[in-house]
Amino acid sequence: MKPAPFDYHAPASLAEALALKAQHGDDAKFLAGGQSLIPAMNFRVAQPACLLDLNGLPDLAFIRPEAGELRLGALTRQRAVERSPLVKDHAPLLHETMPHIAHPQIRNRGTLGGSLAHADPAAELPVIAVALEARLRAQSMRGERWIAAGEFFVSLFTTALAPDELLVEIALPALPPRTGTAFLEAARRHGDYAMLGVAAVVTLDEAGRCERARLVFLNAGEGPVEARQAAGQLAGQALTPAAAEAAAAHAAGHEINPLGGVHASPEYQRHLARVLGRRALLLAAQRAPGGAA
Amino acid sequence: MGQLHPVKVVVNGKTYERQVESRLLLSDFIRHDLGLTGTHVGCEHGVCGACTVLLDGQPVRSCLMFAVQANGQTLQTVEDLGTPERLHPLQQAFWEKHGLQCGYCTPGILMTLVPFLAENPAPSEQEVREALSGNLCRCTGYQNIVEAVLAAARQA
Repeated sequence: MKPAPFDYHAPASLAEALALKAQHGDDAKFLAGGQSLIPAMNFRVAQPACLLDLNGLPDLAFIRPEAGELRLGALTRQRAVERSPLVKDHAPLLHETMPHIAHPQIRNRGTLGGSLAHADPAAELPVIAVALEARLRAQSMRGERWIAAGEFFVSLFTTALAPDELLVEIALPALPPRTGTAFLEAARRHGDYAMLGVAAVVTLDEAGRCERARLVFLNAGEGPVEARQAAGQLAGQALTPAAAEAAAAHAAGHEINPLGGVHASPEYQRHLARVLGRRALLLAAQRAPGGAA
Repeated sequence: MGQLHPVKVVVNGKTYERQVESRLLLSDFIRHDLGLTGTHVGCEHGVCGACTVLLDGQPVRSCLMFAVQANGQTLQTVEDLGTPERLHPLQQAFWEKHGLQCGYCTPGILMTLVPFLAENPAPSEQEVREALSGNLCRCTGYQNIVEAVLAAARQA
C-alpha cells in the first residue's frame, strides 16, 4: 500500500459527483482512468484527501455525431477512441495520434477527458484538442459552459476548470474542405513521453495554396504551444518545402519555449520542432484533398 | 487504518469477498489478500507491465487501479492460463523457444499477449513487437519472446 490514505466515493450519478465536488472543492480529485493520477499517488507526489471515482458513470462514455460535430464523452477510454471508425472518419488527426499515447494496457483504462483535464504539456491529447479547435463542456452544480480548447489549457497541469467543475464532453468540429492533418513526434522508445511532437492542420484554397494552417507543439512549453506567427506566414503561400521549412524554423526559434529534460536539451527540442514541424506541414498539405504540394 | 470498503470480485472464475482500505492497489490486493502471487509487481507506476492482468478481458495495469474499483468486475491473472502439467499454448511456446530468463516479466507479458493473439491470430513480427511495447524485459532482449509469440500463433 503506497498511496497516502484518502476517502473514496463512487457516485452513482453525475449530479451526485458534482455535489460531492462542490462540497470538497480542491481537496477532492476526480478519478477517471487513473493512469496519471494513480502513479502520482503511488509516488505520493499527489495526496488528495478524497477521490471521486467516475467509473460508475457509463453515460459519460460515448462517441456520436451531432450537428456536424463529433461529440465524445469525457470518460471514453482512449482505446475506444483509437478503435472508433467515427473518429477515424471525422478526426483522422486524433485517430493517427492515439497509438502514440503510452501502451495498449494504459489506453484500455485511460480516458480522453482525464488526459485533457490533467493538462500535461508532454501529453498528446491537449495538443490535438487545440489543433482541432475542440470545444470542451464543463459542468458543475452551478450549470454548464463550453470552453474553447485554446483557452482551456492555462499552464503546467492547470486548466480553466473551476474547483467545482467536471469536464464532461468534448466536441470536435468538422474539418473544412480541402484540409489535411498530420501528427508526428519523436520519443526515445515507442510509448514513452515524446521529447517533442507536433500536430499540423492545413487547409488549401481552390488554387492549391495554403489558405490556413495550424501548428501546435507538445513538450514545447507549459502547455500545448500554438505557433500562430509561423502558421500565419503560410497563409496565401504555396506550401513548398522551402515555405514549410521557413515556417517551422520560425516556430522553433521564436514561438516555442521548450523546458529541456534529461533526454533532450532545449536546443535539441528546437531542432526537433524545426524538422518535425516542416515534415508535418508538408504531410498535412499532401493529405488535403485536392492538394499536391 | 482508513474506512474499509467491501469488494466482491470474480478472479479466474472464483468469487472473492474482502474488506479493503481505499488506498490498496489492485496489484497488492491480488497478491497479498488473495494470495495469487503469479502477478508480479515491478515499477508501480505503469511503465514495466509486470503486473498486467485482464479486467473484463482487456489487459490493464493492476498497479494503476485501486482494489475497491474492481468491485463487481471480472479479473483473470496468469494462474488462469495453464498448469505446470498442462501449459497454455502460449506458455508452451515460451518454454520451447526459451522466451524467458529470470521470468519476472513473464506473467505480465503472457497476460498482454493472450488477448492480443485472440484479436490478431496471425500477427506480423512488427505487430508482435508493438504489442510488447508496454512490457519491459531486462534479460532476453525480446528476441525469443517474439519468436515464442509467433510460434504460438502458427500453432493456433
